[in-house]
Amino acid sequence: MNPRRKRRLTMVSIILVTLAAATGLVLYALSQNIDLFYTPTELVEGKGAAQVKPEVGQRLRVGGLVVPGSVERIDDGLTIAFDLIDEGPAQITVEYTGILPDLFREGQGIVAQGELISSTRIRASEVLAKHDEEYMPPELAKALKGIEHVPPANQQQEESDNGSGGYE
Amino acid sequence: MIAEIGHFSLVIACAFSLLLTVVPLTGVARSHGGQMAMARPLTYGMFLFTLISFIALCWGFLVSDFSILNVAQNSNTQLPAIYKLTAVWGSHEGSFLLWMLIQAGWAAALALFSKRLPLVFAARVLAVMGMIGVGFYFFMLLTSNPFDRTIPMIPVDGHDLNPLLQDPGMIIHPPLLYMGYVGFSVAFAFAIAALLGGRLDASWARWSRPWTIAAWIFLTVGIALGSWWAYYELGWGGWWFWDPVENASFMPWLAGTALMHSLAVSEKRGSFKSWTVLLAIAAFSLSLLGTFLVRSGVLVSVHAFATDPARGTFLLGFLGVVIGGSLLLYALRASKVVSYSRYELFSREVMLLGNNVLLVVATMVVLLGTLLPLVHQELGLGSISIGEPFFDQVFMWLTIPFALMVGLGPLVRWRRQKWADIQKSVLLAFTLAVLLGWALPAIFAERVSGLAVLGLLLALWIVFASVAEIKMRIAQRDNILSSLVKLGPSHWGMVLGHLGFAVTLIGITMVQNYEVERDVRLSPGQSYSEHGYTFHFEELRAIEGPNYHSDKAVIHITRNERDVETLFTEKRFYNVRRQVMTQTGLQVGFFRDLYIALGDELGDGSYAFRIHYKPFVRWIWAGALIMALGGALSISDKRYRLKRQSARVMGQTSKGTPL
Repeated sequence: MNPRRKRRLTMVSIILVTLAAATGLVLYALSQNIDLFYTPTELVEGKGAAQVKPEVGQRLRVGGLVVPGSVERIDDGLTIAFDLIDEGPAQITVEYTGILPDLFREGQGIVAQGELISSTRIRASEVLAKHDEEYMPPELAKALKGIEHVPPANQQQEESDNGSGGYE
Repeated sequence: MIAEIGHFSLVIACAFSLLLTVVPLTGVARSHGGQMAMARPLTYGMFLFTLISFIALCWGFLVSDFSILNVAQNSNTQLPAIYKLTAVWGSHEGSFLLWMLIQAGWAAALALFSKRLPLVFAARVLAVMGMIGVGFYFFMLLTSNPFDRTIPMIPVDGHDLNPLLQDPGMIIHPPLLYMGYVGFSVAFAFAIAALLGGRLDASWARWSRPWTIAAWIFLTVGIALGSWWAYYELGWGGWWFWDPVENASFMPWLAGTALMHSLAVSEKRGSFKSWTVLLAIAAFSLSLLGTFLVRSGVLVSVHAFATDPARGTFLLGFLGVVIGGSLLLYALRASKVVSYSRYELFSREVMLLGNNVLLVVATMVVLLGTLLPLVHQELGLGSISIGEPFFDQVFMWLTIPFALMVGLGPLVRWRRQKWADIQKSVLLAFTLAVLLGWALPAIFAERVSGLAVLGLLLALWIVFASVAEIKMRIAQRDNILSSLVKLGPSHWGMVLGHLGFAVTLIGITMVQNYEVERDVRLSPGQSYSEHGYTFHFEELRAIEGPNYHSDKAVIHITRNERDVETLFTEKRFYNVRRQVMTQTGLQVGFFRDLYIALGDELGDGSYAFRIHYKPFVRWIWAGALIMALGGALSISDKRYRLKRQSARVMGQTSKGTPL
């Protein structure tokens, strides 16, 4: 092999090795950090045809509607627990320490990220509420059949139709 | 009436963009100088009418003309005037008009400052800008017209602007970001024009470079501003969330950074040319992809806007045409591009290649992390989320080789470098970095974390290696001061860019490893201590704002019995949108921020507070500004303003058409 080809070969192999290393790294990071999404019913009855239930200690995301009246403060008042439901019969409890997002309200859809601490209880590290009136996590919108996303343009139309000034 | 003028101007601007696409290119095909020369006036026309249209919309917002649907949805009579203007680009339609105004603005600037470009080339570049314009004008006129009327049912009052966007940072953040996004269309136009002409050479790289850097500067500042806004406005104290919208702006930035460095090789050494073209296409395509992701509503995030399938389909189609078309052209023409320069394994070319590979890998990682959940769901595999832990982990690993190369690269000569020649400086700089990277946390922090040492080491390595590099450049000269100046603005631009990266790296390292976050319960009169600071909750006041009312907590901070500052944090309730917003209290410092956010009332008069101690958080944004400054310095280099020096190289294809 002449020196030029040899150099090229070395370069190409360096790039390939780098890319392979990067791919391996990405795959490893993915396997560690993908969180599955569950609705309360899926959490209790299992997900999909195989009825896979998450294990206690698993990191996951849940989404559902906050049951009105279920929000309670425990211990020092900084820890909050509330129940989530979807269209199924199941009900699960989420507990979270800290300040809830501004848009957290009873009866509204939220997504919580956290760890399963018992079969129906989740300790959340993060609670996401609707960030504005157009926000509905897509997985949630899909899971909660019947709750159609209404673009604000139409929403306003409806409002002016029924003459109500309220926005919720 | 004004709205109709605006609408009509938009149609005229669209017509101009169509002409701009067709006329100069036919001129090129027929070697008709007059038709090619039409490119400039057509560009000015496109810009002028877009501007008129934009002013008309601004006017509609300022006078609260609720017969315009867009105004009714995003403004309100109670809204302060400055936020009425912000509301112009707070909405989907308005932001596209701004996008087009900026695109036409870049095109006009290009027409104005491209006098020394050969006419054929300028005609092609402007025609490509026109093509991009056609896509967007049709998109607006067909699917998201900002001048749609509410007639005959005109609302009495508007819907108000999302309170999150009612903030000084939001006034300039979107325009800056768009300047960056759209700015890459110039680099893209240069690349496509060069492919069309079949000539890619050093002069092409030299013309393209300042425009690319300019776009990159805007994007850098825009992203930094967005991060800063999220930090104090969202009330979570985070400065980067790996939110899909943030990712959408980060991808073009990564690709743009790679492009900038690859252009340097193309200009100085004549290599990497086809790679550079590919990066230019990628940078702009990623900008478009970002727009598609954000505006079509396929991804839902903090910023997600209206969902309308027609818009998404149109944007996706446009994206397909741009990417498909340019890649096809690339496939047809790139084989003609020959790189003639030679270089050894240990050379600056290879260093920059390494930088490019890493940046492209980083771009792919962000792309994957952003799109995988979407694909996963579409394939019916269930919903997944890929968030911070994934990105943090991958980016940590990517940063290590990247930072090492940022330091080493400038020390290495073009073509070939003997390791023995730089061995001493490299080892000295690295040893210093290791020692200091370990010593600083050991002395100043209560605990030494391995990651903190690693981050500091890498940042300090960049700093010391930069110093070593400058020392090497001036070693043979006698007069140090004049030789420092002689290095030239472009060189200093590079140094500043790299130092800025080091500063940002220090900020990120410190915040990630030493920040403290506490949720505490306080009633008026109570105090809480953290890191030697005492937070005293004095009282809660009720305040009436222009379009909200709020509860305002007064927190007095002391340290060692001495006053530091009195902070205010509020919970605002916006009347029209019935939305609650937290306003955080910030005490800003060079080495740390104190950050406090008011939470809910916990009964018995006490409130929840979130208190953060954020070391070096300012450095993250300061670094971005230093990088941008470096970019500005590079552009100011005289060689970009040299008269027609290289015109004859490109002029060969123009059959000697005079300028």
